[in-house]
Amino acid sequence: MNPVLCLFCMMLIPLAAAGLALIHQGLGRSRSAAHAMLATLCALAISAIIFVIFGFSWAGVSGASAHSFAAGGVRWDWLGAAPFFATGISFDGSDGAGLNSALTLCLMMFGSGLTAMIPLSAGSDRWRLVPACLASALLAGFMFPLFAHWAWGAGWLAQLGTNFGISGFVDAGGAGVIQVVGGLMAVSIIWIIGPRRGKFADDGMPAAIPGHNIVLVLFGCILALVGWIGLDSSSSILFYGAGPQQIVGVVINAMLSASAGCLAAVAVTRARYRKPDASISANGWIAGLVAGSAACAMVSPVAAIDTGLVAGVLVTYMIEIAELHLRVDDPGGAVSVHAGAGIWGLIAVGLFGHFSEGTRGSHLLAQLVGVAALLGFMLPLLYAGNLLLNRFVPYRVDNDGDWQGMDIRELGAGAYPEFVVHADEFVPR
Amino acid sequence: MRLIGCLLLLSGFFIVLAALVLMTSFQSRLGFVVAGVGVEVLGVALLTQAYKAATKEQR
Repeated sequence: MNPVLCLFCMMLIPLAAAGLALIHQGLGRSRSAAHAMLATLCALAISAIIFVIFGFSWAGVSGASAHSFAAGGVRWDWLGAAPFFATGISFDGSDGAGLNSALTLCLMMFGSGLTAMIPLSAGSDRWRLVPACLASALLAGFMFPLFAHWAWGAGWLAQLGTNFGISGFVDAGGAGVIQVVGGLMAVSIIWIIGPRRGKFADDGMPAAIPGHNIVLVLFGCILALVGWIGLDSSSSILFYGAGPQQIVGVVINAMLSASAGCLAAVAVTRARYRKPDASISANGWIAGLVAGSAACAMVSPVAAIDTGLVAGVLVTYMIEIAELHLRVDDPGGAVSVHAGAGIWGLIAVGLFGHFSEGTRGSHLLAQLVGVAALLGFMLPLLYAGNLLLNRFVPYRVDNDGDWQGMDIRELGAGAYPEFVVHADEFVPR
Repeated sequence: MRLIGCLLLLSGFFIVLAALVLMTSFQSRLGFVVAGVGVEVLGVALLTQAYKAATKEQR
């Protein structure tokens, strides 16, 4: 492992957070823009602190102590058992193995922050700040570390090959650990807080509530690309031993899958609506990045393009189905982009990945087991955790706050006090 | 409906785990894993229906 290259790539990850933050606030309403950005900062801050104090203990590191039990003749490694407050890691260079642990802590700390950011866009314009912070703490403290241990900390999913004679679950860039977990958290939040007032008419038809700043959204896409390259590269180096030559492939694949996703969304929206839709095309770009991250170091450039193309088309239809048929009010498209494209990316590893060991079928089976764990265990866990938290701290702002906007309601001042007049606040004299 | 949806999700997951432990051939494992994921999809569909019904009531 090249620690300098790994650390350099890791330092790019905050740009993914910056990009996602711009996308989320740009796709929301102007009356909640400052709230969206502050919620993002708070989510990042809380998840970093909680993850280092508690989460890393349960996420663990490959080869370190872990909680496990025996069933069906195999050992199920299900939760890390490192000391709290990351006290098991030495940062003074005295311990050679400590470098790997320190890098893992750093990567997962950023990863938990990204995961906590994803549901914020789904709850945009109606999810209160304090519950959002508490939900971020819950996610970073227990739920993210659980799946991170299974996939990245030599947990039972990573050990499928050793225990069951099939290949191990592969998630090189965090499509499952970060994106799908964040996307499923977003679904849970939407199911709990419901749609924005005025989003759906009595007959169920959705009203268009367009994002307030599409320029920021598109700029956020470019920032996110840089951050994603850092995320994919550092996790490939750390968890799958990728060398510098493979990292060049990771960079190329990230660009190709994002490009294919964006162009697919442009083409589909152009064909269906006569003009390309900028916000859906931006979602196509991110969907390409999300889907491509699962197999970033293990596929050819052509396979990365295929993965991105499918993700771009998929996200276009998923956003429409979610809004029209499922009454899901997801202003940032978090469910379709992160959960939908993430699951496709995990399956694409089995379809397109190049591996030195194992058949294509066994890799596909391992990836399906990972998807089943995400849907069958993580989704009910996330939903139940949020339902419980919602009992004590109501997630949703009251009806007045919904109309007034989260900026005035929760922060006392708007993001653009001198420039924006809301149509429904304007009274002709 | 929400509870049944969550139980279906967990059932699907346990079908997948059972397939790993009890089956040995690739085909039977794949079949049961796909069946488990199918049960999970049913669970998601039920939770979605519960959510749609709740939003209708709110209006």
